[in-house]
Amino acid sequence: MTETTRFIPDRLQSPLQKRLKSWESLLLLVAISIFVANSFASPYFLNAWNLSDATFNFTEKAMIAFAMALLIISGEIDLSVASIIALASTAMGAAVQMGVGTPVLILVGLGTGVLCGAFNGVLVTRLGLPSIVVTIGTMSLFRGISYIVLGDQAFRGYPADFAFFGQGYVFWVITFELVLFAVIAVIYGVILHMTNFGRTVYAIGNNPTGALFSGIRVARVKFVLFLLTGLMSGVAAICLTSRLGSTRPSIATGWELEVVTMVVLGGVNILGGSGSIPGVVIAAFVMGMVTFGLGLLNVPGIVMSIVIGALLIGVIALPRLWKMWQAR
Amino acid sequence: MLQRLITSREALLLGAIAVLLALIATRFPGYVAPSNLADVFNDTSPLILLAIGQMIVILTKCIDLSVAANLALTGMVVSMINVALPGLPVAVILVVAVTLGAVMGMFNGILVWKLDIPPIVVTLGTMTIFRGIIFLISDGKWVNSHEMSPSFKAFPRAEFLGLPMLSWTAILAVILFTVVMSRTTLGRAAYAVGGNPHAATYTGIDVGRTQFWAFTISGALAGLTGYLWVSRYAVAYVDIAGGFELDVVAACVIGGISIAGGIGSVGGALLGALFLGVIKNALPVINVSPFWQLAISGGAIIIAVAVNARASQTKGRIILKSAEHAT
Repeated sequence: MTETTRFIPDRLQSPLQKRLKSWESLLLLVAISIFVANSFASPYFLNAWNLSDATFNFTEKAMIAFAMALLIISGEIDLSVASIIALASTAMGAAVQMGVGTPVLILVGLGTGVLCGAFNGVLVTRLGLPSIVVTIGTMSLFRGISYIVLGDQAFRGYPADFAFFGQGYVFWVITFELVLFAVIAVIYGVILHMTNFGRTVYAIGNNPTGALFSGIRVARVKFVLFLLTGLMSGVAAICLTSRLGSTRPSIATGWELEVVTMVVLGGVNILGGSGSIPGVVIAAFVMGMVTFGLGLLNVPGIVMSIVIGALLIGVIALPRLWKMWQAR
Repeated sequence: MLQRLITSREALLLGAIAVLLALIATRFPGYVAPSNLADVFNDTSPLILLAIGQMIVILTKCIDLSVAANLALTGMVVSMINVALPGLPVAVILVVAVTLGAVMGMFNGILVWKLDIPPIVVTLGTMTIFRGIIFLISDGKWVNSHEMSPSFKAFPRAEFLGLPMLSWTAILAVILFTVVMSRTTLGRAAYAVGGNPHAATYTGIDVGRTQFWAFTISGALAGLTGYLWVSRYAVAYVDIAGGFELDVVAACVIGGISIAGGIGSVGGALLGALFLGVIKNALPVINVSPFWQLAISGGAIIIAVAVNARASQTKGRIILKSAEHAT
């Protein structure tokens, strides 16, 4: 079924752009209505400090989601991102025990992320293995290494200036993470929508063989995308570790699903070939607002997951149901 | 014929399991005692049941990540039914479990078939939804051993010819689905759909419908396992079998089932599950911390998929060397 229904535009033409735009405006509408509903539902919602706290619900996940969006557009997927966070955080924790300073910690975190991404990338592009299986495997492997190192213990004692990344404020209620999120969003938006590299990502997602025959180094591009996803997981690991101030092997469990949900909610075709960064940005806000609003109403986390799951299926099902209804 | 038999994935895997057992036996001869091997098989039975269902789904180019959540939800529902109506015979509980599981599978199947939503998205969604529903119906509370009726807990342990019913269920499922996959239209259709969906459509096979039935079977087996799981461990709560869906996919991948669809067998799923089961049961015996388990199964998946990919590489003339990396 996947082949027959796959939507294959050879380039982003205006009708498609319109479609994407309408998807994003629909999403924006959803985001605004959630915002309004939330401010009516809870008196604590419209408070600058509360809203600033709420951004932590999505900033770290969204950083990964941008790289993941590119990866999914190219037709691959990385389910190991949450485990890369765990491993990078463990590596940083181990480095702290050796008494290194914050700059080295950052290098360790980013380096671990890049190495993990490279490992995925080599397995997928050199050995030609399907990325979903490879990353299900590395998902267990990376987190498994964290468990071997830590067991039921935790790493603590991060240096005081390390706390800035997850707890620091740049200006008034604007957190460092929010700024980082915005900067990364712009960088990925430019990469995907304004560079040659971005065009090749779409080309590969739509037709890998065609892309190869038109001179695109498919394997290399995919390898870079895995590297980027690993790198962003490393960035997220630094922020999360700094925010929590400790490392346990169960850190960021289940995040891979939320990241994929965010990307798909943002209008990226899970089969590859289309999607946009602005969509992912709005999707990040939608998910952050939903989680935060329900949290204010004392809805337990697991019930929120029903909403997230329903959102994931719903946003894809509704347009298709609508199309079926119109076709009658 | 003999050569084909030796080089087949199943034979390789059987050899790997034998080597593994032999290695463990050199240090701990007690591990390979028949009674202990029967215990290992019994412990692995839930994984075998789910791996068979997952195999059929993967054959049709889909994936079912909701099996563990389905198992947990069905387990919770039947436990709550048991608490409310302790007199209900086990046969009814079994029917309820299989039906409920099948309905959840059908829900996945309908979304894939009628709405054409990619299976990974559907089952990622239903996975979190099913888990959430468990919390809603149970209010986060546990159903404990003393609340369950004795007959409810006795079924998986009841012995027949020296093996518990849990093992027999797995054995029966292996036999049943070996026949279904090789001797029925549905089984052959699953291979056809996975091998080449377009060709399958032209030969009159409804691709979506076949996928729907694959999900239904996977769901029914997950439901059945749900009852067996909660009655065996005599406890039901929100997080039972958390993350088990990855073990199930791992068992299939190790068992040589191609994630691209169309290649695989019930025997492969069985052996893949047993391979993981032997490792899991051996770790405490050979005195390795259980914290190693996750990394080992992850490593096993990667090695297995790499080996399978090498084995299935067609030896043709390579026109453009990196073309195979592109797909």
